[in-house]
Amino acid sequence: MRQHALAAWALAVVLLASAPNLAAQETPPLPHQQWSFEGVFGTYDPASAQRGFQVYKEICSACHPVKHLFFRDLAAIGYNADEIKAIAATYQVTDGPNDQGQMYQRPGRPSDPIPGPFPNDQAARVANNGALPPDQSLIVKARHDGPDYVYGILTGYKEPPVGFKLLAGMNYNEYFPGHQIAMPQPLSDNAVTFADGAPGTVPQMAHDVVTFLTWASEPNLDDRHRTGFKVILFLVVAAILFYAAKRKIWAPIHQD
Amino acid sequence: MAETRPGATSRVIRWIDDRLPFVNFLNHELNEYPTPRNLSYWWNFGSLSGITLVIMIVSGIVLAMQYTPGAENAFDSVERIMRDVNYGWLIRYIHMNGASMFFALIYIHLFRGLYYGSYKTPRELLWIIGVIILVLTIATAFMGYVLPWGQMSYWAATVITNLFSAIPLIGPGIVTFLWGGFTVGDPTLHRFYALHYLLPFIIVAVVLLHLAALHRHGSNNPLGIDSKGPQDTIPFHPYYTIKDLFGLTVFLLIYAFFVFYAPNFLGEPDNYIPANPMQTPNHIVPEWYLLPYYAILRSITFPILFISSKLAGVILAFGSIFILFFLPWLDTSPVRSARFRPIYKWVFWLLVIDVIALGWVGHNPPEGIVVTVGQIATLYYFVHMLILFPLIGKLERPRPLPSSIAPAAVGGGARLSGAAAPMAKS
Repeated sequence: MRQHALAAWALAVVLLASAPNLAAQETPPLPHQQWSFEGVFGTYDPASAQRGFQVYKEICSACHPVKHLFFRDLAAIGYNADEIKAIAATYQVTDGPNDQGQMYQRPGRPSDPIPGPFPNDQAARVANNGALPPDQSLIVKARHDGPDYVYGILTGYKEPPVGFKLLAGMNYNEYFPGHQIAMPQPLSDNAVTFADGAPGTVPQMAHDVVTFLTWASEPNLDDRHRTGFKVILFLVVAAILFYAAKRKIWAPIHQD
Repeated sequence: MAETRPGATSRVIRWIDDRLPFVNFLNHELNEYPTPRNLSYWWNFGSLSGITLVIMIVSGIVLAMQYTPGAENAFDSVERIMRDVNYGWLIRYIHMNGASMFFALIYIHLFRGLYYGSYKTPRELLWIIGVIILVLTIATAFMGYVLPWGQMSYWAATVITNLFSAIPLIGPGIVTFLWGGFTVGDPTLHRFYALHYLLPFIIVAVVLLHLAALHRHGSNNPLGIDSKGPQDTIPFHPYYTIKDLFGLTVFLLIYAFFVFYAPNFLGEPDNYIPANPMQTPNHIVPEWYLLPYYAILRSITFPILFISSKLAGVILAFGSIFILFFLPWLDTSPVRSARFRPIYKWVFWLLVIDVIALGWVGHNPPEGIVVTVGQIATLYYFVHMLILFPLIGKLERPRPLPSSIAPAAVGGGARLSGAAAPMAKS
């Protein structure tokens, strides 16, 4: 089953690369979701991001790495030091060379990057018919309307309309350019059981994993929004003061 | 404060000034420097550009301390800056959006010069030096855009360097020389990095020439007439220092909005995909500030005589900037300000619309109506420069010019001989 999925993905990548005209075919406008990180005061919802990490870990990570993330980064979405240690320890990491000049496996530590499904790009290509499943740690920033787009893809699987010619091994996705996507529907109801009792529905999982992936793309958003508010407030006050000073200094010139 | 004289305050300063008249120079050029009393806020954009240039250099040097200019590591090193360097995201977003801000400022500055005839005698060299700054800025921005080594970086570098291959005979050799190899690669990235670090300092040097030329005859003004005497001018400080400071805070508000709330709005999402020489993006577009040139480049879809369509496009794209060097002589009107030029006043806006149209064309795939609009807009640009400028100057009957700045600016009052005096109190 997994091999089948990977092969399908490879096809999708090849097709996307070789058929730019498909992208020109009409896709309906992306439905807009309410995201916690939107707007001037937007912040990541840690509960949603943690559920999203669970979805990534249990489903997406079978094919997709998150190359730019370290275990220690997970502190930003609300995991404490012990939880991060425990999560890291469930992974095996290659380290070395040791005193004997050998590479060796050891449990992960918080300071390690989160290992991907494949040891290197070549291994990923071999397992995927020559294609490379793209890194997900920047996927949201690397697409127009990133959060809505990724959500759209994850929830956009449908039966093809009558008369639509679907190529072998492809799936119909409403929001994918050209509608032919090789990745089979990755999410299905109750594929993940959330510890906090959130429903394991596809829209819920999609929403949570997009929150996680947006955080992975832009981990400093909370900080940026907070700092920005202070900077803008400071500049507004400065502008008012300078404008008043300008009026006062220029008063004699304007009176003449 | 305007009364301060160098040397009066300190014997040390007097001692230094006698040997190196530095304080005297600053006082002369920044404090008492006589400036037309009627400058509008459109005259803020020169100093804003200068300040933004400094912001770019400072943020750029800090980024250079963390960045790795190798094809293997460049993309990841930028992500390290974004994630692990303290306030790295802030420095990078300041630098990234600063490029857009800098272009917005110098384009407004340039169009202000066009509207008020700031390029006319005796300020031709001032204008020409400004165009040189524009050319250097475009080169710097292009090479900077390549450094993150994303998909758009890589393919922009490929498309732009390939333009030189249109030159007959020596073109392909030049391209290989630019690349340092047979494709855009590691050597290209290294040399672009070295040049991206070098060019801003050359820009600073040319900006100093721009200022030296400016201070020779002083600023033009919205009326476009020369100062007739002290009643027409006010000292630069405090009048224009405070006006520039207010303008600066308003500009920084807009800049900060982009940095903190829309940092990637002006960029292409594709540049967050690592460079992949094996996969061309569906749609290669430059940053917004280069779109009009890109539109001109692509507008020539047919060969002209013995010149291939590609070479013709390259010539016109470069020519669209090069032609600005000759503007002081293409514009035959003796009147500077468009306020007193009944025809030019309206035709000016056609050029603004034309350049915006070219930007729209450059942003869209070259299909259907886009191509036609691009060709018409390109044609208009050169007609405007080469035909309308000389022709309007000859045909137009300018409205009578006011006799001096002072009455026009204040509506009659003439008690201005001691313009600086009232300031002694405050």
